[in-house]
Amino acid sequence: MASAKPGVATREPSRQPLTPVLHRVVRRQRETEDVVTLWLEPLDGERLTFRAGQFNMVSALGVGEAAISVSGAPGVAGPLRHSVRDVGAVSHALCTCEVGDLIGVRGPFGTDWGIAARDGEPDPRDTVIVAGGIGLAPLRGAIDELVAARAWGSGRVFVLVGAREPAQLVFTDDLERWERDGAVVLSTVDRATPQWHGRVGLVTTLLSDAGFDPANCRALLCGPEIMMRFTARALSDLGVDPERVWVSLERNMQCGLGWCGHCQLGPLLLCRDGPVVRYGGLVAELLNQRER
Amino acid sequence: MITSLDELLAAHPFMAGLGHDQFAVVAGCARNVALAKGAMLCVEGASADTFFLLRRGHVSIEVHGPGRGPVVIETVGSGAVVGWSWLVPPYRWTFDARAMEPVGAIAIDGACLRDKSLDDPALGFALLSNVSRELLSRLQATRLRLLDLYGTARG
Repeated sequence: MASAKPGVATREPSRQPLTPVLHRVVRRQRETEDVVTLWLEPLDGERLTFRAGQFNMVSALGVGEAAISVSGAPGVAGPLRHSVRDVGAVSHALCTCEVGDLIGVRGPFGTDWGIAARDGEPDPRDTVIVAGGIGLAPLRGAIDELVAARAWGSGRVFVLVGAREPAQLVFTDDLERWERDGAVVLSTVDRATPQWHGRVGLVTTLLSDAGFDPANCRALLCGPEIMMRFTARALSDLGVDPERVWVSLERNMQCGLGWCGHCQLGPLLLCRDGPVVRYGGLVAELLNQRER
Repeated sequence: MITSLDELLAAHPFMAGLGHDQFAVVAGCARNVALAKGAMLCVEGASADTFFLLRRGHVSIEVHGPGRGPVVIETVGSGAVVGWSWLVPPYRWTFDARAMEPVGAIAIDGACLRDKSLDDPALGFALLSNVSRELLSRLQATRLRLLDLYGTARG
């Protein structure tokens, strides 16, 4: 057992990876019309440790299991946090959970955004975060880490967010907080409402005047795959090296261990080799192939 | 430091690829403008004789509906071109364009450029190519928005 903080027990990842650990919903918050955030505490008292960008297999008891990214920040004491969009049977069951309900959690699984401070050395590069819709959830913990790292000399942080309409923007309190803490935060919507006085257009339109240094930056993208593909191309047009662009991909994650093969993308098993992968080279080719 | 109109024009993406003489013709039809927040750059139905190269600030492209007021279709910022109806008969604006904040732009007399392009087809082709580049970019972005991408995002 590892301990992230005195007095708080944590569990090493996936010692029994196929066995869900029962968690109780201790807090629930509606983010938008179809997105709910759940805070979960393990019944056995041993909290998971994870890295930003990883996911858990979260099960609604009697309904099924789905891959859900952790939307909390690593290393922060407190309940496990998942933000779920109501798009299917399992996610609907999770979104309708109440405080006190039990759900199962396996994980964490997969790769992370790779932004944890290396031996305390600041990384001076700009980091550009581009998120579409609920795609901000897997990035939320990474942004917290990046914004905190500014205090000891890490590079600038640019958070660019797109949503269908203003009411679909998630984590608006966090967007304000990151801006207060020095990040450049820009948001845009596909469809404006009379109350919206901000930008209207595709998220890629935020790239050109965000102010980051294309020659000295890395980009982290999460959202609908088409959005990520076009954003990666737009970044490349601006001069960002595709090898410094990371995307979070999802297929049909089931086992979480690379055993079952359901989440295969070319030679990759995304539950094990992803969800966070480097865009350049192989992944760019794979995403431009037409899957059946 | 005072920046000349030629320098401002040269820094705008719209001018990329124009030859020296073509650049001079466009510069001869251009003037630097500052627009206050709320100022209208184009008004639906009005004569489309001037278009704008945005240098700073954002502009909303709008349509007005009864009982709805202005509906924002998209917003554009530094580096964008506002207005291409000056190129196509009957030369009337199709939408409104409003400054969302103080805007710096280069206003170009499109009627003047039309006349000069009739005398110089190479200039006309170069201008049309550059307007098409902007049109293509905006059309592609509009098509992607029509996909309602976020409606199928991961859960």
